[in-house]
Amino acid sequence: MNTFTSLFARDLKLAARRWSEFSTPLIFFLIVASLFPFALSPDAATLRTVGTGVLWISALLSSLLALDGLFRTDVDDGSMEQLLLSPASLSLLVFAKISAHWVVSGLPLLLLAPLVALSFYLPPAAVPTLVLALLLATPTLSALAAVGAALTVTLRAGGGLIGLLVLPLTSPVLIFGTRATDLAIHGEPAAGALYLLGALAAFCLSLAPLAASAAIRVNLE
Amino acid sequence: MSPPPGIRLSVRDLEISHGDRTLFSGLTFELGTGELATVTGPNGSGKTTLLRTLAGLRLPAAGEAMLDGTPVDVVAHGLTAPMAYQGHSDALKRDLTLAENLRFCEALWGGSANIEALTAELRLTPCLGQRVRHLSAGQRRRAALACLRLKRAALWLLDEPLTNLDTLGAELVNAWISSHLQTGGAAVVATHQPERFAARARLEIGL
Repeated sequence: MNTFTSLFARDLKLAARRWSEFSTPLIFFLIVASLFPFALSPDAATLRTVGTGVLWISALLSSLLALDGLFRTDVDDGSMEQLLLSPASLSLLVFAKISAHWVVSGLPLLLLAPLVALSFYLPPAAVPTLVLALLLATPTLSALAAVGAALTVTLRAGGGLIGLLVLPLTSPVLIFGTRATDLAIHGEPAAGALYLLGALAAFCLSLAPLAASAAIRVNLE
Repeated sequence: MSPPPGIRLSVRDLEISHGDRTLFSGLTFELGTGELATVTGPNGSGKTTLLRTLAGLRLPAAGEAMLDGTPVDVVAHGLTAPMAYQGHSDALKRDLTLAENLRFCEALWGGSANIEALTAELRLTPCLGQRVRHLSAGQRRRAALACLRLKRAALWLLDEPLTNLDTLGAELVNAWISSHLQTGGAAVVATHQPERFAARARLEIGL
């Protein structure tokens, strides 16, 4: 557990020192979401109908953008070989990296989402459910994208490929996430969709570190 | 930081290829406690690839490399970590300070070394609070070697450990290797300057 916390703390420290790099996906999220009113219509009724979808798709894209460098920096400077050879389990270390990454990219998304939701005229009563749904969905996205990042870690132009590999897998998150938000907007209980989001998170977070560490091992050869 | 006594590396009929090019084949040797092997050969002859194979980071094309009877790749993925590999890259985080890097290495390997004494020995004490990005190539190399000392590994696999080091640093590396061998460790060193290790090398592997 000591190794988990040290790697987690190390990655957070690195993120804090290269903040400009890590804030890009968040700014991307805000910009993509704010482009939709220009393309569609600034009309409140239209925005309210498309708001949920816009918000979730922007969140999905920005979380992918953030994961390109997750393992690559460690592979490039030789740290990954040392992580692999260390007495700690590589899956646990990968889990620590995913967790640190979620704190840096997923958590700020939760804080920005209400702002975007309200600017799309979503009812304020639906915001807590939206944040809860994002809280359950963003770890799943981080876990899935980590597998994509591990598979493409030695490719120079891996960023686009991560999207191709991972975006189809994120459709359940998108379906249940938007469903939960829609139910909350119409004042209905959203527990069912939230449970499914939670189940997806538990499933992905338990298997993704194993898959990602196996992919890293193969790629380092 | 004395490694556990009694370690034996057995390499039999090892063949290593890169893509579809065979670098060498039929390599057989044994290395035991307190023994040092140097690996020499021109650039591109497969020194680094051999060390990475011995570290279990890649699989050989044929033959086997065993550490105490277990294939090295199984050992590498296990949780005991009896091997320390020092490659060309320093494996330091450039945006962390030297002290933070060393403390992370210590935590990762579960050691409890005296980092202050170690950095004093390496004459790196003034750099402890500096980010690794601002250190010179030689200082970074010394820091990487400090990490090596923090690992309680019985088998050292060193790829060109003298690169970028000044005379004093090179002497220190030699002294460390000597004390590592005396305390029951073993080492495989790839080098272009085999004469610097000749006194202690039991085995010279020419590729």
